[in-house]
Amino acid sequence: MRIPCPNCGSRSLAEFSYGGAALDRPPGDIGPSPETAPAWDDFVYRRDNPAGPLRELWFHAAGCRAWFVATRDTRSLEFIAEVTP
Amino acid sequence: MSHYSAWSLLRHALDGHRSWAPAWRDPAPRRHYRVVIIGGGGHGLATAYYLARTHGITDVAVLEKGWLGGGNTGRNTAIVRSNYLLAANSRFYEHSLKLWEGLTQELNFNVMFSQRGMVNIAHSNAELSALHRRGNAMRLNGVDAELLSRDDLGRLMPALDLSPEARFPVMGGLIQKRGGTARHDAVAWGYARAADARGVDIIQNCEVTAIRRDGDRVAGVETSRGFIGADKVALCVAGDSGRLAAMAGLRLPIESHVLQALVSEPVKPMLDVVAVSGALHFYINQSDKGELVMGGDIDGHNSYAQRGDPEIIDHVVESAIALFPAIRRMRLMRAWGGTVDMSMDGSPIITRLPVDSLYLNGGWCYGGFKGTPAGGTALAHLIATDTPHPIADRFTLTRFDTGDLLDERGAGSSPWMH
Repeated sequence: MRIPCPNCGSRSLAEFSYGGAALDRPPGDIGPSPETAPAWDDFVYRRDNPAGPLRELWFHAAGCRAWFVATRDTRSLEFIAEVTP
Repeated sequence: MSHYSAWSLLRHALDGHRSWAPAWRDPAPRRHYRVVIIGGGGHGLATAYYLARTHGITDVAVLEKGWLGGGNTGRNTAIVRSNYLLAANSRFYEHSLKLWEGLTQELNFNVMFSQRGMVNIAHSNAELSALHRRGNAMRLNGVDAELLSRDDLGRLMPALDLSPEARFPVMGGLIQKRGGTARHDAVAWGYARAADARGVDIIQNCEVTAIRRDGDRVAGVETSRGFIGADKVALCVAGDSGRLAAMAGLRLPIESHVLQALVSEPVKPMLDVVAVSGALHFYINQSDKGELVMGGDIDGHNSYAQRGDPEIIDHVVESAIALFPAIRRMRLMRAWGGTVDMSMDGSPIITRLPVDSLYLNGGWCYGGFKGTPAGGTALAHLIATDTPHPIADRFTLTRFDTGDLLDERGAGSSPWMH
């Protein structure tokens, strides 16, 4: 698999670390508060896990060492869009 | 169901084996069942079998989108073990191993269970200490475990490179002698035949396209062969649990990842244990046909592709050659990938879902095969009684909210790290 790093261009998978789905951080602080806990539980543990386009985090560990968000199709493993956060 | 025995083999030999009956029927789906199980792999078929055998519930259909055992049951590398650290996992997998030990007789079908021994190899003192700890935990849980010296490993595996110049010097190991391998297809076929004989309908080429709800409870499933009503529906589709749960409007603590495996060309017997190197993320055993079966970690990114990156194959082959230099000129025959349910703590989930009368058996990560008999036992118990089976009562969905996690590796909520 080749990954389109926004700084370095198309590079081999071996240079990258995976960061999982790029999710929006819930409002409020993490903690046992009954108002915010369900949203944080969802954020930490539950996933859409789509068979199709997935926005996800990648880290170019053996390159520019930048985190970036890319969208990849989990069926074809092709990158279909990219953005830098 | 005709009983398989040396006598029946002899009797059918008289007419050149032309009179064998099919091992299971091919019924058309009825309009309604008491229990519909989605997924005709090992776990789904085992669940149907134990529903019929243990709980007397035979109004059951198993729906399979392709053919029996054509998903992860046919893709795994058939290793059976119970060498776990945490008590809840140890209890479950040890129960499973005990069921494996009697499964061929139970099903009257040879699952070719071979207790050839499961060996973990340590390459550093730290790793050896970790194996000591694991071995002690196993023995405290009533599971067999023995420490191995370098010489022991050399006797068990003459091809293992024990020289100090080895790329990854070997320090010692741990063996679970009751661990080993089984024939993966035979497990699906054996459970299918035994469930069918008790009246379960096994319906192949029947893909579930939607889960129909009636308010808060499940009403049945839309399939490629029409609507099938059900009092209870169970998902046994590890790898695709997320997709099926989404049909019921649920999000699970599971991600789908690809796990690869590969086999060499067949050679004469050279390795008669299952060998694992944790440091190299590598395992290997030799099949009854003579192929060396090996694999490593998951690729590490979400995937439904059922194929992976050559980098992993490269890593696995390099590890194999580093440990067993004699195989360096062997040819790779075949490599493949399967989609696995990676749960958020690395342990399975057998539970009722938030939709009434909907059940889940999933989150098996890369180790569901060995759990087949116990997974089926536990889910059948849950469906029949609506209370969790004692061997699986920690495999809940709520543990991710309460913090009662079963994180064998201590990797946190990064499923690609388990």
